[in-house]
Amino acid sequence: MKSITTVIIGAGQCGLAMSRHLRDRSIDHVLLERGSIANSWSTERWDSLRLLTPNWQSRLPGWCYGGDDPDGYMTMPEVVRYLAGYADDIGAPVEEATEVVGVRRDEAGYVVATSRGSWHCRTLVLASGACSRPVVPRIAEELPRSLHTTTPSRYRSPACLPSGRVLVVGASASGMQVAREIQASGRQVILAVGGHVRLPRSYRGRDIMWWLDAIGAMDERYDQLDDLDRARGLPSMQLIGTPERVTVDLNALRRSGVEIVGRLVGVRDGQAQFSGALPNICALADLKMNRLLDRIDAWVTSMGIGGDIGPPCRYEPTDVGPRPRLHAELGPSGIRSVIWATGYAPNLSWLDLPVFDRKGRLIHDGGVVAPGLYVIGQPFMRRRKSTLIDGAADDAADLAAHLHSHIAQAAA
Amino acid sequence: MTTTATPSIQTTINNGVNVAALMGAREALAKAPAAARFTWRAKCDWLVGTHSRSAVSGFYGLGAEQQRRKTFRVEADHPHVFAAEDQAPTPVELVLSGLASCLTAGVAAVAQRRGIQLNSVTATVEGDMDIQGILGMDDDVRNGFDQIRVHFHIDADASEDDIKALVAQSQKRSAVFDIVTNPTSIIVSVN
Repeated sequence: MKSITTVIIGAGQCGLAMSRHLRDRSIDHVLLERGSIANSWSTERWDSLRLLTPNWQSRLPGWCYGGDDPDGYMTMPEVVRYLAGYADDIGAPVEEATEVVGVRRDEAGYVVATSRGSWHCRTLVLASGACSRPVVPRIAEELPRSLHTTTPSRYRSPACLPSGRVLVVGASASGMQVAREIQASGRQVILAVGGHVRLPRSYRGRDIMWWLDAIGAMDERYDQLDDLDRARGLPSMQLIGTPERVTVDLNALRRSGVEIVGRLVGVRDGQAQFSGALPNICALADLKMNRLLDRIDAWVTSMGIGGDIGPPCRYEPTDVGPRPRLHAELGPSGIRSVIWATGYAPNLSWLDLPVFDRKGRLIHDGGVVAPGLYVIGQPFMRRRKSTLIDGAADDAADLAAHLHSHIAQAAA
Repeated sequence: MTTTATPSIQTTINNGVNVAALMGAREALAKAPAAARFTWRAKCDWLVGTHSRSAVSGFYGLGAEQQRRKTFRVEADHPHVFAAEDQAPTPVELVLSGLASCLTAGVAAVAQRRGIQLNSVTATVEGDMDIQGILGMDDDVRNGFDQIRVHFHIDADASEDDIKALVAQSQKRSAVFDIVTNPTSIIVSVN
């Protein structure tokens, strides 16, 4: 068995940022990567996807975008090249094609079993991502078996779907984006909409991510919130990264022909049933968006910023139509495929430790799971930006400091 | 009386809702989620024609049988146009009244939690129905409402958007709103 101070599981932005901080602290470590660097970005995303955050915002410790399009959005091959370039730059000690199959504790730390032998480490960092496993609701079991079903992790493009109607379940970033391109491919899309976070792509002439960064929203800390569980459970922002900088909202999708319905709540007599609460779901999202825009406007006023900032505006309320349908036929003459864009969860099935709550979620305090055991890149882990590439730097800095003092205490 | 701090001023708000107790219950139930399982009951006796009377008393919750201060009675009947005696509201009107009561209670609770003083709240509810359904005249027509509209008139010390947010949050957390907007499994047995 090989022995090392720290094992980092996963060589994405979080693992690499952690590696950089450990290198700076002269802590010997290795990154175990099941595929190659930025594996999920290269193998578990659809073809047209671009980052939701602008290029300038992909800031990593000692590394930033240096190209000529700081306001653009990276394609997935660009993200992979960007992270691979970073790994080279910091000389990250990555063991590729090494799949972790088990983790257990021993007196001196952790034993990490992999497809290529075992490692012993005093400290362990789980950096395998927040989106390794698509979450599919239990209602999926009730669908007729003849339907083609998939998730955004396996979906690549409309061409991989059978012809006919497509039900996209979920209206956050993934669901909105795939609904948009499938409708454009000539298939009729029905989009089942649950709770969502509506945002314009840009506001007053700046990218919405620029505003969230500027007003400090992305830096809000996990230990300063009223309801952390709620913040951690929030769906992803309804955004798309396109060269045209378009806003993708329910009004735009509806204008393009997508049929908007409520949350998928039942399957009965060969029909999918949708919730009648859709107008309220949309009203909640509209009100919440307007509260954010109010906050941005107040910030602009208080900072006395002028120049190229545009005037305040408000967007049309979400229009779901006079009578959103409450059911739709499933099967050959109705919906023929279903895409579950119902969220993601980390895959930590190999973590054989009592560190999960009754719903199977990893318990951690700002990324500290147990003595010497850390997780990084989880929703609102230490800050609102924790799941963004831009969130890796600050979280890795905090956890590296914690890890360093843990080792020092153990040595003392 | 509960005192709630708003961001700018210290205000005393009283909508008659004990938010502290509700938040305390939420905290306690997080540690013992089994106690959150409740069973609600009603018992209905036929009187004559379409006239019936339900009795509502105990329920199960917090891990035990819970007794009420008294047994409440609710009657239902149908109006004269249905060739009935019109002794009481129709069951569908009781559903509308249940929805309005649930949403109104929610508005009060959310307002208390958010430090908003309510002066008056009125909910007006309408439900549209094509009775060809219940009369068995057309299988394409459903029995129940095809649309329900609720209009709130709220006088409160808050902005228009804050009042809209109260109503939206109340719907988000309403049991009856959920019951009427989403399917529910119903098991009916006899004798």
